[in-house]
This record gives sequence, C-alpha cells and structure tokens, in this order.
Amino acid sequence: MVCSWRKALLVACVLSAVIFAGAVAAGAQAPRIAFIPKNLGNPFFDAVYAGIQEAARELGYETVSIGPPAADPASQIPFIQQQSAQQVAAIIISANDANTVAPALRAAMQRGIAVVAVDADAAVDARHAYIQPVDFDTVGLEQVKLLAELIDYQGEFAILSATTTAPNQNAWIAGMQVELEKPEYANMRLVRIAYGDDEPQKSYRETEGLLAAFPNLRGIISPTTVGLAAAAQALETNNAADRVALTGLGLPNQMRSYVKNGTVTAFQLWDPSEMGYAAVYLVDAIRGGFRPEPGASYQAGKLGERTLGENNVVIAGSLTTFTAANIDDYDF
Amino acid sequence: MSSRVRQWTRDNATELLLFVLWLGSLALGAVISPYFLSVQNLFDMTSQFMELGLMALAMTLVIILGQIDLSVASILALTGVVFGLLQEGGMHAGAAMLLALGLSAALGLFNGWLAVAFRLPALVVTLGTMALYRGAGQILLGDRSTYGFPLWFISVDFRYIPGTPVPYPLVIFCLFALVFFLLLHRTTFGRLVYAIGANQRACRFSGIHVDRIQVAVFTLSGLMAGAAGLMMSSRFASARWDMASGYELDVITTVVLGGTSIFGGRGTIAGTVLALFVIGTLRYAMGLANVLPQNQGVVIGLLLVMAVLLPELWARWRAHSFARAAEGGGLARVKVRERSL
Repeated sequence: MVCSWRKALLVACVLSAVIFAGAVAAGAQAPRIAFIPKNLGNPFFDAVYAGIQEAARELGYETVSIGPPAADPASQIPFIQQQSAQQVAAIIISANDANTVAPALRAAMQRGIAVVAVDADAAVDARHAYIQPVDFDTVGLEQVKLLAELIDYQGEFAILSATTTAPNQNAWIAGMQVELEKPEYANMRLVRIAYGDDEPQKSYRETEGLLAAFPNLRGIISPTTVGLAAAAQALETNNAADRVALTGLGLPNQMRSYVKNGTVTAFQLWDPSEMGYAAVYLVDAIRGGFRPEPGASYQAGKLGERTLGENNVVIAGSLTTFTAANIDDYDF
Repeated sequence: MSSRVRQWTRDNATELLLFVLWLGSLALGAVISPYFLSVQNLFDMTSQFMELGLMALAMTLVIILGQIDLSVASILALTGVVFGLLQEGGMHAGAAMLLALGLSAALGLFNGWLAVAFRLPALVVTLGTMALYRGAGQILLGDRSTYGFPLWFISVDFRYIPGTPVPYPLVIFCLFALVFFLLLHRTTFGRLVYAIGANQRACRFSGIHVDRIQVAVFTLSGLMAGAAGLMMSSRFASARWDMASGYELDVITTVVLGGTSIFGGRGTIAGTVLALFVIGTLRYAMGLANVLPQNQGVVIGLLLVMAVLLPELWARWRAHSFARAAEGGGLARVKVRERSL
C-alpha cells in the first residue's frame, strides 16, 4: 500500500483523459428548436423532423432532434430539462404520456420557451398549442370517396378494422357510414365490418374470410396500418387483387411493394412532415408576439393560414393519397 | 508532508480518486457545454439523480453485507402507483405518503424474510420480487398514469430553500446521507454490517443476530426505494407502473464505483455519495451536449471498468517490479525510495 495517493492521482488522470477524449466544443448562434420525439429511430418521427428542418431553413432556426431510445414516458423528462437549460427557443414534443411530461414542460414555458406538441398531445396547460395531423372527422369521408373512385361507385365492399373498441377506427367507421347515406353511393353496399385486432396474422385470416364469404366483393377499406398491410398480403397470395380493390390508411414504406406490383392502387395517410412544418411556423409566430388562443390564426408558410381551435388545437393538413406516382417521395 | 496526512490520504484513496474524478466531470461539463457552469444549473442538475442517491445509500449497506437487492426500482414504482391510487381514491396525500412508505418498508422486509427464512440467495429472491412488485403495479394501475396530486406535493425539484438556489431533493438527500453515514460508521449496527459482510460464518458462531440484521438492512433498502418513489412521483406529478425501469442497475453501478466491494465487508457512504455525483454530473454534462443516453452508457461503463481494473493492474505491476528489484538490479534504489516514504 505504498503511495496509494499517487496511485489514486494516476488513475484519476488517466480516467479524466479518457473522458476528455470524447469532449467536443459546442457553440450556439441562431435560435434553436429542439424536437423531442416519442423515441428515436422511428421513421414516422424522422418524417416529422424533416418538416421541422424544412420550415427552420425557411425561417432561420437551428434544429436538434433528441429523445429516448424507447417510447418510455418518464424518459422524455431529462431531455426536456436539458433543452431548457440550453435555453432553446422552442421545444416541439410528441408526448409519450400527457401528464408525466407536464411539470417539466411547464417549467420550460416559465423560462420563456415556446412549447408545441405534435402528433401526441401533452396536458393542455403544459404547451402553447397542439398540432394534430388531420381533422379526424374527415377521415371516414375521404376513405369512402377514395374507394368509390376505385370501384366506380358500385358493388359490395367490406371494412377491415383494428379491435372492436379502437376509438379512432370506430370514429372513422361512423364517419364512413354517414358519408354512405349520400345518393351517389346508392349502388355501394357495406356487407361486413371485420376486426383484425391490429395483429398481422388475424387481419390476414379475416381478409381471406371476407374473400371466401363474399364472392362478389369489389372492395375493402382498412383504416389501420397493420390491417392494410396484412390485407394486401392476403390479396396477393389469393390472386384476388384484380377483382377486389383495397385501400385504407397505411405507411408508404410498408405498402411500397404492393403499390409497385399493382396489388394496391391508392391508399391514404397524413403526411407527418406537415405537422413539423406547421409547428415551426407557430413557434416563430409565438416568438414574434402571437398569442395562441382559440380562434386566433397564423401563417404557416406553404400550408397557408392555420386557425387554432378549442384547447389550441391546430389541424396540420389533410390526408395525402399515395399512388405509384408519388410513393417514392415519402420515406416513413 | 506529515505522516498523519499521508495516512489519511492512504486510507481514503478511493474517495480522493472519486473527488478528483468529480472535478474532472465538472471541467468536462464546462468544456462541452456553454450552459453547464452556472450556479443555478449545477444545483438544478442534482434533482435528476437524487432518487438514485436515496436508493444507493441503502444499497451500500446491502452490498457491504455481501448481498444484493435487485427489486429497488420495482419497489419505487409500486410505491408511486399505490400512493397515486390512494390519493385518487380520496385519501389525504399526507396519509397516502405514510401508507406508501409503510408499504415500501414491508416489501423490503418481505425480501429479507424470504432470503433468511428459506436460506435463499438475495440475488434469486430479489430477481423474483423485482418482476413481482413491478407486475403488481401494472395490475393495480393498468397501462395509464395516475395524476392529479395536490399542488403542495408536486414538483419538489422546482422548490428551493428560500433565498438560495438549493432545491429540496438535494436537501432531503443530504439529510439521509448524514443519517446513513452515522448509522454505518458510528453505530454498533454499522460495525456488525461490516463484520457480517467480511465473515458471516464467524459472526454466526459469535452469537451475532445475523438474520435479524440482514432483514433490517433489506427493510431499509425497501424504505429508501419508497422515499425515492414518492420523490419521483412528485417530480413527474404522476406515477406509472413502468417508471424507473432499469434503475436497479444504475444504483448498483453507483455503489460499486464508490468503492464498495461486491463481495461484501468493504465500502463507505462517502464513496457512494461521491460516485453518485461523478456519474450524475457526467450524465448531465453529456446530456447538455446532446449526447444520447445509450452513448453516455459507453463512458459510464468505461469509467466503471477502469475504476475497478486500474488499481488491480497497478498493484500487480508494483508487485512485479518489486519482485524484479528484489532479484537484484534496482534493489538499492527501491530501498532508498522506501525510506523516503
């Protein structure tokens, strides 16, 4: 145990050197906007961030995207606090849990940081506004319109949904049924609503069941990404794509091969980048003195004027229809 | 240098090393982020790892005892969930806090009792209760968060001693650290914990109530996890069954980096506290520089491996060079150096 203090010093020096080796000097010039997604490595949020970057370039902001590896509610809090300490101009967040992140977001707002939630909302008093991807009331209507065009407004069709209790899907299906009352759909008949529980296997089997039960089936709407991909696979394996038109809500990356080989002609989803884009313009407006409150509106660049609704909810855009012509422009 | 000072540095080599490392972490923080080095920021930073600290204090005793408690993070979560449900059900939050703390102590007691009564290794027992306690939280609350706590309870990390930048979680931690310091280093109980960790059989034969002390230490561990659970529920203004998942490993890392021997019998509260600040400061500094947590793990892991490995390598190298010197060659020089020390 001779000269253990020297040992201590030596070890300390070596370790400090190791730590310093990883050090990078950081400097900030332009005001910075931090995007905190639910989790990193998720193509959906990469697309949101692409929209943020596009608007930030137009308005002269720096951006950073940082978040937890997994969508764990509490894990977003340190990121919120770190970004606050770095005095960012704004935090754009997709909250894993509306209430868990609320105290940290409120503290950020008290420091004068603009806080905007996108895709998944935070507690109402813990953000200035929430950007919702589309007006959910119009999803059912748009889906029926799209299918009607694909099958020339006539024939039997079915719906392949998620679970019987999925709130979004049920709201959209109700919207579809309202739209179907209109006279132009008189020759279209909804024969069954099947539930695939958002499980690929079950959705696949349910689709095969529909094909067997209804030989005159002309179309299927699947307003869930899991269901749409499974149904496309079922149509492909059963060589039924020629007689049954399939559409719904899907992710371009999941559906690309089916669109390219003709199994699916067209499907829809919101473009996540529009949420990011609208959020940055709102941040810029707030920093310019805009007071976010229901009824107020601001200019969102290429998206035009956007109006804040109840609880400061902003609708980013409308559904985008993906076809063979445009699907390669999207990567999420 | 007087021999007293030399003796002191020799006895506290680990703590000194950690202190230097902490200064290094602070320097690193100042270098990699322009926002790091402000008084307010340095104090605010501590709130992020005080729960870890509360659990690490008790874990130090557990590990000195030659045991391990893998269930602490699960107790933290279950305590938060039960507190949330009690006050959701209309109970006064103060009463709910006491009940939740009582529950956490009971959960720790259960760990200790299982290990002692059935002569099971604590590793196996707490591996089981780790899953059991967290699962119970999930069943009780489901996959949602409980919130709506009274204003006086929430956001403890944004409350400061009036007129100072000192946040309350730091104050609470310091009080507990003092209590644990006195308990481990100034009481018979503390001496017995060391003795049992060093040689459990000898202690049993000496008539020491080994089992009783082991159960007491596990109960303490549960209680501290419960206190951490309340602190975290306050910070997040909500509680969920899956909060602090994976924290048990961070707690153990902190204690081991603090110089506590995983084989038992050695370790200090000061070492644990310093290690907590080293890890906490490093993580916060890297976070400010936007280094991702999974990449921060590389630095923390490297630090731990080297802190364990380097003294070992150094001792071997010295032994080797002494042996070589004894064979001849540098014998005279070594003698001179030894005398000068």
